[in-house]
Amino acid sequence: MSTDHEDKQIDAATGTEFKGHEWDGIQELNTPLPRWWLWTFYATIIFAIGYCIAYPAIPLLDRATAGVLNWSSRGQLEKDVAAAEAERASVTEELARIPIERLDPESPLMRAAIAGGAAAFRVNCVQCHGSGAAGSKGYPNLNDDEWLWGGDLSAIHYTIAHGIRQPGDEDTRMSLMPAFGRDGMLSSEEIEDVVSYVRVISHQEQPSQSAQRGATIFANNCAACHGANGTGSRAFGAPNLTDPIWLYGGDRATLNETVTNSRRGMMPAWDGRLDPVTIKMLAAYVHSLGGGEQSANVGDPVTSPDAPVAGETEAE
Amino acid sequence: MSTHSDRTGKAQKGGGLYARRADIFPRAVDGFYRRLKWAIMGVTLAIYYITPWLRWDRGPYAPDQAVLVDLANRRFYFFSIEIWPHEFYYVAGLLVMAGVGLFLLTSTVGRAWCGYACPQTVWTDLYLHIERFIDGDRNAQLRLKKAPLGPKKIFKRVTKHAAFLIVAVLTGGAWVFYFADAPTLARDLVAGDAATVAYLTIGVLTFTTYWLGGWMREQVCIYMCPWPRIQSAMLDERSLIVTYKDWRGEPRSRGTKRQSDDPVGDCIDCNACVAVCPTGIDIREGPQIGCITCALCIDACDEMMSKVDRPRGLIDYATLEDCDAERKGAAPVPVRRTIFRSRTFLYFGLWAAVGLGMLFMLGQRTRLDLSVGQERNPLYVQLSGGEVRNAYTVKIRNMETRPRPVRVSIEGLPGAVMWDSLGSDDSAAAALEIEVGPDQVERRRIYVRAPRQGEAPAEFRFRLTSLDGMPAEDIDSVRFDRPGEN
Repeated sequence: MSTDHEDKQIDAATGTEFKGHEWDGIQELNTPLPRWWLWTFYATIIFAIGYCIAYPAIPLLDRATAGVLNWSSRGQLEKDVAAAEAERASVTEELARIPIERLDPESPLMRAAIAGGAAAFRVNCVQCHGSGAAGSKGYPNLNDDEWLWGGDLSAIHYTIAHGIRQPGDEDTRMSLMPAFGRDGMLSSEEIEDVVSYVRVISHQEQPSQSAQRGATIFANNCAACHGANGTGSRAFGAPNLTDPIWLYGGDRATLNETVTNSRRGMMPAWDGRLDPVTIKMLAAYVHSLGGGEQSANVGDPVTSPDAPVAGETEAE
Repeated sequence: MSTHSDRTGKAQKGGGLYARRADIFPRAVDGFYRRLKWAIMGVTLAIYYITPWLRWDRGPYAPDQAVLVDLANRRFYFFSIEIWPHEFYYVAGLLVMAGVGLFLLTSTVGRAWCGYACPQTVWTDLYLHIERFIDGDRNAQLRLKKAPLGPKKIFKRVTKHAAFLIVAVLTGGAWVFYFADAPTLARDLVAGDAATVAYLTIGVLTFTTYWLGGWMREQVCIYMCPWPRIQSAMLDERSLIVTYKDWRGEPRSRGTKRQSDDPVGDCIDCNACVAVCPTGIDIREGPQIGCITCALCIDACDEMMSKVDRPRGLIDYATLEDCDAERKGAAPVPVRRTIFRSRTFLYFGLWAAVGLGMLFMLGQRTRLDLSVGQERNPLYVQLSGGEVRNAYTVKIRNMETRPRPVRVSIEGLPGAVMWDSLGSDDSAAAALEIEVGPDQVERRRIYVRAPRQGEAPAEFRFRLTSLDGMPAEDIDSVRFDRPGEN
């Protein structure tokens, strides 16, 4: 201190020395800090200096000082990701080895696959199918038991891998319903009649004259893919028209639009975009959503990918 | 406060940045309160060291340690009571009881916690005894401090701190046994196989015990602990505190002065009360924050009063109200009148109410518990057969330490069937049978399918029934959603 008071004043009440500051008659006592507190304070200063040397601390114009430990949050993240992948290695290796249809539904491996698939689904699939996989108009609900291309593990796996109507993937699913109205195959009256018929077989309307006419039109134009009684065919990706589940809607206007202009829904082929294990996990997750079928319930899954190709050539 | 200035005044004269701690060498003393302190110290230390070693048979699926805080498995065992994380309000209740209990204790017998049961007091007391055993009593300690550093002093200092450290290690070592099976952990600790966190905990507690008990001592009470400040605010004029009866003692005088004709008080100014004080205060200066009401000055003063043939109790437990009355010449008030008064009854009632409430809740709680949450994404699924499917997350909590077979069934939803999401709907039935592991929560995703009837959501119930002959049941109401008009 520069100003050293000759006569140090002592507070009578406490016996403590005054600091020498006074405001309106109030004086400050020289009450020192406890030593343990000071030591703690000094220790934090030393720690801070050490920290600044060891870790990135001082901001420069476009980056911060690196620190002698060469630590960075980015490097830490990469290490964590690598560690997580190493931890999952046993699961991923086993999943890579086992064919999808051989997966035991009750096994821990299946549970791991479903959990992994749920995570992958949230990244890649929710944009179209929704976070709960309930879909929306034009995007199938994956929870229900209606499957255009089959609902067992291998059929789902195939659909995810090759997508729907993906140019560049020779094995892609390819259903091509003609645009009956636009291409002049049916007149607008005929379309109204066939719509009446479809609404009758799906229990949305009472039988009518129009529906009777529509039945003949249906048999001549639609039964080849949708089946004689309208229950659809997974070989062609043709939906069942008799149940209450509609991808685009079952009201007159929507059905009219569908028959007139056809629908050309698409899905990316994930082969090449995602690694094979992730695709397997996605298949397991989608299968677990509630509509998954046992392999035995479905026709030969191998034939279904070929059939649409035939359908395509037929249509063109 | 005067204590502060007396204790630190000398060091402050220099105006330095910190105040050096003035060493305190409390003299040994004997008397009623000293013996009380011995007893309480014995009991509290015994509770601390022995508790984790008590066994309690809970059957094959649960640990056999009477008191165990199983953090890894998130269970808290206390004799016959087992607490799950969702029942943590019992711990909150215990904390409320501890809080109200301290209010009760403080308003009746003053800072008895500080003086007798506080761990800082207990361990500091233990360390003071070790110090006296090695260095000798107050005068020997003072001499040793002044003595130059020779072989004898070095030997005594090393022995003392080694003894302090042993006590500290044992203190830290005992703590970890509350968190794991004590005999296993003891073996692992010795073999070097125990978890790092165990050694780390022992290390931290060893350091804090040695530092706080061996070095900081009364500074913890005066500078670090917030409790004396709270407690001072809770005392009232009818709480017991250690008091010097100045109207009887003053003016104090000693030796030949007492022979003069001037009127003198009973205090012979022998400073025994100051010499025995573990926090180094002079009780004759009145109530102060440094006083932990350990009453050792009462023992020291009573001993002196007997020697000079004066009535005991010059320093005594008394209330401020009684002090005022006595000063005016009234007779001393019996302690029971101080203890039993409306404020303490109120605190006791509050304390007992919380305790009884918790006991009642403990008696009422179920050990089998069902909770069902409806899947909301999507709320319902339209099936091709015209039926509707909803999904639910069913959680079954088996809090018994044995496996329990249970049945989950549906009530109030006509035509409904359910199945486990891991199986297929081929196994759909009106009820499911599940075996829940001991002390576990079974979480299943369950699908419920029902015919579509109307569009309004229907209320229905899941019922959980125990199948092991011990009747236990739980019901949870949920909603069944159906496609509405869009």
